[in-house]
Amino acid sequence: MYRYDEFDDTLVRERAKQFRGQVERRLKGELKEEHFKPLRLQNGVYLQLHAYMLRVAVPYGQLSAKKMRQLAFVADKFDKGYAHFTTRQNVQYNWIKLADMPDVLDVLADVEMHAIQTSGNCIRNVTSDHLAGANLDEIEDPRPWCEIIRQWSTFHPEFSSLPRKFKIAVTAGETDRAAVRVHDIGLHMKKNAEGRIGFEFIVGGGLGRTPFVGPTVREWVAKEDLLSYLEANMRVYNRHGRRDNKYKARIKILVSELGLEEYRRQVEEEFAAQNTWEKVALPQDEVDRITAYFAPPKFAALPATSAAFEAFKGGSREHARWAKNNLRPHRAPGYVSVHVALKQQGEAPGDASSDQMRALADIGETYALDDIRVAHEQDIVYPHVKLDDVPAVYAALKAAGLHASNAGLASDIIACPGLDYCNLSNARSISVANEIQAVFADPEFEDDVGTLHVNVSGCINACGHHHVGHIGILGVDKKGEEFYQVLFGGRADEKATIATIQGPGLKHEEVAPAIRRVIDTYLSLRRDQSEKFIDTMGRVGQAPFKEALYAAA
Amino acid sequence: MPLLKDGKVIDDVWAFVEDGHELSPGGCVVVSLGRFLSEHDQLLARNHSIGVRLLNSDDPGLLVPFLDQIHLVELQFPKYTDGRALSQSQLLRQRHGFKGEIRATGQVLRDQLRLMIRCGFDAMVIEEADAEGVYDYSAHEFSEFYQSAADGSVTIFEKRHKARGSKAAE
Repeated sequence: MYRYDEFDDTLVRERAKQFRGQVERRLKGELKEEHFKPLRLQNGVYLQLHAYMLRVAVPYGQLSAKKMRQLAFVADKFDKGYAHFTTRQNVQYNWIKLADMPDVLDVLADVEMHAIQTSGNCIRNVTSDHLAGANLDEIEDPRPWCEIIRQWSTFHPEFSSLPRKFKIAVTAGETDRAAVRVHDIGLHMKKNAEGRIGFEFIVGGGLGRTPFVGPTVREWVAKEDLLSYLEANMRVYNRHGRRDNKYKARIKILVSELGLEEYRRQVEEEFAAQNTWEKVALPQDEVDRITAYFAPPKFAALPATSAAFEAFKGGSREHARWAKNNLRPHRAPGYVSVHVALKQQGEAPGDASSDQMRALADIGETYALDDIRVAHEQDIVYPHVKLDDVPAVYAALKAAGLHASNAGLASDIIACPGLDYCNLSNARSISVANEIQAVFADPEFEDDVGTLHVNVSGCINACGHHHVGHIGILGVDKKGEEFYQVLFGGRADEKATIATIQGPGLKHEEVAPAIRRVIDTYLSLRRDQSEKFIDTMGRVGQAPFKEALYAAA
Repeated sequence: MPLLKDGKVIDDVWAFVEDGHELSPGGCVVVSLGRFLSEHDQLLARNHSIGVRLLNSDDPGLLVPFLDQIHLVELQFPKYTDGRALSQSQLLRQRHGFKGEIRATGQVLRDQLRLMIRCGFDAMVIEEADAEGVYDYSAHEFSEFYQSAADGSVTIFEKRHKARGSKAAE
């Protein structure tokens, strides 16, 4: 894990001090809310329905036990004892007082954390593959490049007042676990014809009101050109992105209105015009220094199988199910990655109490090489766990109520906070998610259904990523009543697809039964149990599913 | 409103002349980019300093042939959250090596000063009672920077590189 040096530390301390000054000016009335708003947003402070919300950055989703404990401390001291893990691998608190924010930033700075650029019209926290460094299919660890992008983008003077927010994601696996095709810029690490590793630049993807799967602007950019090519894209966007309409201001609209060819021409022209002295000087020894922090841990030489693990699996159906659904293969023999689903029935997806966070920290420290990741499914992942330790990890998770065995399944729902917390929202998300989870309350039934991504958003801003759910649910408001539109066929992986709206919205209480009918249709149409929901839908089309969706009337 | 130049409040000797209006025979005048491009021969022959006001949508590259004869470029912040002038200033200073004054007008607020300074602005019109104090504070709010920009600050990446070099030499 990256460690701050004196420079990084100085910057987050100075930021906390700066924000303290800004909050003081605001509280004294010297700074109008209108002028304070962009400043607080660039520090992750939103004004929500009931209180201020603070979004803390977890760069590329990586935490240590020490950081996790500090997050739990913040939850206890400044919030109501819990925190929310987000689809952008960050952490949010919903009940922090504005006057306390500067103290929170100081507490975070003590463990090399911050809330810099977690909101506002700037380059946001960079996200990545939560299994980076552990999975089987990546060509290189993307995290050093994420850290380099984090540093480069932090307080970038030219790109701090963009037309709109800007999200960058990096992946290096064949399987895309970072949803790079639905980001403002997605970087997919790839080899060129000579076998050198560089970056495919995917620009102008995104969800929200106008979803797009991003097109490839350049197939391959050399590592030494990464930051300069990013700057070329950012400058074209900063100068020419629309500022007349907030809803048309994302880079996806610029790319779409200019057309890919013209957008690419402008970027290439800007890139070619850069003089050597304008390019970001990133010395190779600096790349090496940052990369060294992400060197693979020393894995023990272990056999590929573990008697303790086999005994655990055979011990109960509950164990077998959890092992089947929540473990992911690891590149080192005798290791696995453990997926902790923060999806307890009746709770908001992604929520964890401070006690649970401390338990997560303890487990990470004791059994997982002190490496804890936030996954964009609003879950927690331990990338490196010995098979031999899996029984102990499970027991500790169970003691903390974190042993949900639904990772990747239908009830592992992504949902935004919805009308319960968010002042943009039109409809409740959490209660609909909970009712859908109840459809799958029987583990055998849920296992039989298998891989299924259900994503729920409470409004068209799409924070619950409904456009890329195999089944997406979108809350809308019709004359004061909540309705829910249902979408089919979305996916966020390397086959990224925007889901299709099926038709008129359903009432709140109609949603879960309708989803049940859709699932029954899948079960009757699939070739066999190995054919996933999304693949059956791809083979037979959406029509029979749509028919089932509206069959009640 | 106070005009800051290099952090000090100074008198403003410049006057903007609308397109179509006649220029006074003397004095420092600022004209639009359109006017400058169509009348540059006469304007540069006046023997008085000339400045050009760019709209946010204007391409600063059009001024490149004249940059050593222009004394001021005025860039605008229609809203303080509109960062287009920051790119324009970076282009003028960093890419094209403009040495004259780059002035920020419009909604210039203290919390944006650091960004402006880093992007090459050396003058700004700002509504602040203690404009110099505010400038001084903003200019020193941060002591380190990751990115290279028009202000020429040595970046953190470069400082680390140098520190390693001197360690290796010992």
